[in-house]
Amino acid sequence: MEVLVKEEVLKVENVSMKFNLMEKKVDNLKEYVIKMIKRELRYQEFWALHDISFTLNKGDRLGILGFNGAGKSTLLKIIASVLKPTEGKVTMKGKIVPLLELGAGFDLQYTGAENIYLYGAVLGYSKEFIKEKYDEIVAFSELDEFIHVPVKNYSSGMKARLGFSIATIVEPDILILDEVLSVGDAKFRKKSEKRIKDMFDKGTTVLFVSHSLEQVKRLCSRAILLEKGRIIANGTVDEVSTFYEHKINDTSND
Amino acid sequence: MNKIFNNFKKYRFLLAELVKKDIKLKYRRSYLGILWTLLEPLLTMIVLTIVFSNLLGKGDESFPVYILTGRLLYSFFSNSTKAAMKAIRNNSAMIKKVYVPKYIYPLATVLSNYLIFLISLIMLIVVAIVLHVQPTWHIFSAIIPLFLLLILALGCGMILSTMAVFFRDLEYLWGVVLMLIMYTSAIFYKVSALKIGNKVWIFQCNPLYSIIVNFRDAVLYGKSLNLNALLISTAFSFGTLLIGMLLFYKNQDKFILNI
Repeated sequence: MEVLVKEEVLKVENVSMKFNLMEKKVDNLKEYVIKMIKRELRYQEFWALHDISFTLNKGDRLGILGFNGAGKSTLLKIIASVLKPTEGKVTMKGKIVPLLELGAGFDLQYTGAENIYLYGAVLGYSKEFIKEKYDEIVAFSELDEFIHVPVKNYSSGMKARLGFSIATIVEPDILILDEVLSVGDAKFRKKSEKRIKDMFDKGTTVLFVSHSLEQVKRLCSRAILLEKGRIIANGTVDEVSTFYEHKINDTSND
Repeated sequence: MNKIFNNFKKYRFLLAELVKKDIKLKYRRSYLGILWTLLEPLLTMIVLTIVFSNLLGKGDESFPVYILTGRLLYSFFSNSTKAAMKAIRNNSAMIKKVYVPKYIYPLATVLSNYLIFLISLIMLIVVAIVLHVQPTWHIFSAIIPLFLLLILALGCGMILSTMAVFFRDLEYLWGVVLMLIMYTSAIFYKVSALKIGNKVWIFQCNPLYSIIVNFRDAVLYGKSLNLNALLISTAFSFGTLLIGMLLFYKNQDKFILNI
């Protein structure tokens, strides 16, 4: 049931995420039963996100900034439907492609070519579509004849290139990037940034997490700043990055 | 309900790819490859026949077929449930990065094992022909126990894959349960040869037993299906499937926190 206003493609409403941290991880039946009998099953609650709300319109490019542990990856996972929020809801319109880690859908025993079909299937592409775009994917990844080698023999750069070219072969409506543009050599980084920029021109909405403030300023139009699970700044990329820079300088002066 | 069906349609291609991958990779590095699917039951059957044929006296020419009918079905049940148990953990990398309906993982492992099982039935046909087992029209009713077997494996697979995420030692526990099931499935002995009188109901508590009985009746003895066994196996199969689906559905959002 979509209740999005015409231009909105993503709406995050009052999302909060709680994790239960066990003092000692209990992952077998024997310990569980013993502790249950001894009433020693105790949890510590950790709220990773508090009451996050924001909306994205079509074509927005949102940068998500924050120090380590602020909750950026958790937020992205919730938007990608990998994690279910404890409270709140996320509504979105259109095809969403999350790039939370390049090559996570790969099976290492499979060749690159076989993985193109597998990874494409995981991302929700149809068989005909992958067949059609197969050559283009191989060409962009620059893997040539290595495409028929098992992925376990690939270098991390090769895996990243393959993952990136499969994931970006289609123009998703919403693209989520979690620090994936810092992978690969300078030549590939340039190529991937150009492909992302091409997507912008076609109106793809992007959520972008990066520690490189400079990259965020270059690629995004808006930004939000997270701290300890709350949004403490939400505005244009210039406004928020200035605020962020102040924060960095403040803490380093302590 | 509708939403679940639509979701399933969307990921049909992924399911096919996962099943294909399971089967391809299972035999990629082995020398005999898919031939082993046929060889293994044959060799087991030979060993079991030699060891146990004295339990039935001489003259039972079709004993090897008797063994095979039970053994093949049990092997499928054992392999598919063991594989389903590991399905979620083995795919943890994918689950943590992209949304995919999670039931697809145990479903794919059970299906790929089922396909391999169907291929192994070729060996059953070969041995049956060699030993002059007369086929009757009742063979076609074998489809029913085979279908119920799949449902049972799916149900147990879902239950196991859910619980195995939270309790790692389930593997060992299930190994013991499987052993119990194997010895009470009448694979290499006949229940009629045991002196237990009215205590057949003990065997009927084993869900696999009733399915094997029906399969044998259809294929080996040319009898129509035993209604009692049919009812028991239908109840067990769909019961476990229902429980499995409920258990899985209720807990799937917590998987990612434990893998």
